[in-house]
Amino acid sequence: MSQRTKHTPKREETSPEPEEKGGEAATERAKKVREEADDILDKIDEVLEKNAAGFVKSFIQKGGE
Amino acid sequence: MHRRIIGLESEYGFLFINRGERIFPSERALEYLFQGIMPNSWSRDAFLPNGARIYQDTGSHPEYSTPECDSVRDVVLFDKAGERILSKAAERVDRLLLREGIEGEVHVLKNNTDSAGNSYGCHENYLIDRNVTFWRLSRSLIPFFVTRQIVSGAGGLVRDSEDHVRFVISPRALHIREKISCSTTSSRPIINTRDEPHSDPQKYRRLHIIVGDSNMSEVSDLLKVATTSLVLEVVEAGGISDRLSLEDPIAAIRTISEDPSLSARVRLESGKEMTAIEIQRAYLEACQEYFVREKTEDSVRDILNLWEKILGELSRDDESLGREIDWVIKRRLLERYMKGRHHGLDDPETAMLDYQYHDVDEKRGLYNLLLRQGEVARIASDREIDAAMVSPPRTTRARLRGEHIRAALADHRSFTADWTYMRLNDTPQETFFWMDPFCATEP
Repeated sequence: MSQRTKHTPKREETSPEPEEKGGEAATERAKKVREEADDILDKIDEVLEKNAAGFVKSFIQKGGE
Repeated sequence: MHRRIIGLESEYGFLFINRGERIFPSERALEYLFQGIMPNSWSRDAFLPNGARIYQDTGSHPEYSTPECDSVRDVVLFDKAGERILSKAAERVDRLLLREGIEGEVHVLKNNTDSAGNSYGCHENYLIDRNVTFWRLSRSLIPFFVTRQIVSGAGGLVRDSEDHVRFVISPRALHIREKISCSTTSSRPIINTRDEPHSDPQKYRRLHIIVGDSNMSEVSDLLKVATTSLVLEVVEAGGISDRLSLEDPIAAIRTISEDPSLSARVRLESGKEMTAIEIQRAYLEACQEYFVREKTEDSVRDILNLWEKILGELSRDDESLGREIDWVIKRRLLERYMKGRHHGLDDPETAMLDYQYHDVDEKRGLYNLLLRQGEVARIASDREIDAAMVSPPRTTRARLRGEHIRAALADHRSFTADWTYMRLNDTPQETFFWMDPFCATEP
C-alpha cells in the first residue's frame, strides 16, 4: 500500500500544446484531430478511472504453458 | 506456396475484480466463464463447433487453440474468433454476477505477462515434413524468430527491481532463455521440441514455436504466421542455411526487444553486425527470390508486399505504423495518453492502460476501442470473424470435427473429441477417425 503514494498522478493546469498557425482549413483540421484525440482519452479514462493501482497489483497469473 | 497446416494456441490472462463487500472466489467466476462456452457445464476442456479447442490451463486461465487452418488468413480469422468467444463469455459472467448481487467484473486479457513477472504463451504450430533435418531447420530459423518481433511484437511495459519502467517491443522475448529445448516454463526456448503432429508421425512432425507474443493487431497477427510460413518453405527447400546465424541469439533477442528505436546492431557468427530490420530484409529477399522463381500466386505476392512495406515503414518510423503494428500502436497510444493526462511511465494508470490494451471486451478493451474508432488497419471483417466463431475452416479436417460436433449438440448426444478422432458416447459408440489434417471430406 505504501507504493500507491509514490504513483500520484501528475496533473497540471496549463496546456503545453502550442496554438496552430496557418490557414483556416488547417486550423479546423487540427481542431478536429484534437477533439478526436481527446474523445479517445476520455474513453480511456472511463476504463481506467477505477482503482488502477489495485487492478495492476491483482493481475497475477499462476503460470501455465 | 504449398499447403501447410497451421494453428495458434493462446493462453489468456484472467482477472476477477470484486468491488463489493461479499466474498466471491475468482475460481467461481472462471467456472462461469467456461459454462458460457462449454457444451457440458462440468467440463473444462472441449472442442467447439468451429473446430477449435478451449480449456482451462494449469494456473486457472483459459487457453484457446484455433482449429487446423491451411491458409494464414484463416489463422487470423480463427484466432480473432477465439477472442470474441471469450469476450461474449465474459459479458455473460458480468451479467450473472450482477444478478447474484456481486459488484465486480471479469477481465480476459490476450497478453503474455502479468504484474508479478510471470509469462504465458502464444504457441504457434506448423506441420512440417518428417524428413527435414530438424537441427538445420532450427539453425536457419532462429535469427528470423529473434528479429520477427519488430513486425509482430505486442509491446509492453517492464518494471525492473528498482521500480524503473521501460517500454519493450516484445515482453515475451525477455522470458526466453534458450534456442531449442523441451521446456515451456522453467527455461523457455524459441523453438520447443514438442513433437505431436496429430497426424501420421512417419510423414509429419510439429514445429512448435513459443517465442511469439499474442497479437491484438490483425496485421501483426497475419505477418507473424505468414512470414514464418514463407521462410519455412524456403528453408525446407534448402535455402537460407546458416549465413544469418547469430553469435548469441538469446542476448540478441533482448537487445532488439529493448530498443524501440530499431538502431541496435547484433553480431552474427560471421562477425558482421546487423540491425533487426536488416536481418528481416535478408529473409524477405530470400523469400522474394524463391517465390518469384516458383511463379508466386497472388496471395503470396500480397504477403511479400506487405512485409516489404512494413519493413520500409519501420526503417523511417512511418506514421502509418501506428495503425498497423501492435507494439507501435500501443506505444503511440501510451504516449498520447501520458501527454494528454500528464502521466509518467511509472504511474498506475499507464500500467493499467498497458494491460487494458489486451482486454478482449468490446468496450473495455483499448485495442478494440481504437478499432471501433477506425484507427487500426484490418485484415478480417467483423462478419468473417463472427462466422468463424461458429463455423469451422472449410478446407481442413476441422470441417468434419466442427460439423459432427454441431450435429451432436443439436441432437443432445454426448461425445468425446480430440484432434484426430471423435466418438459418440451412446451405443454403438460410433467413432470417426480423421488422421489426415488436410482431408476435409469424410474418408
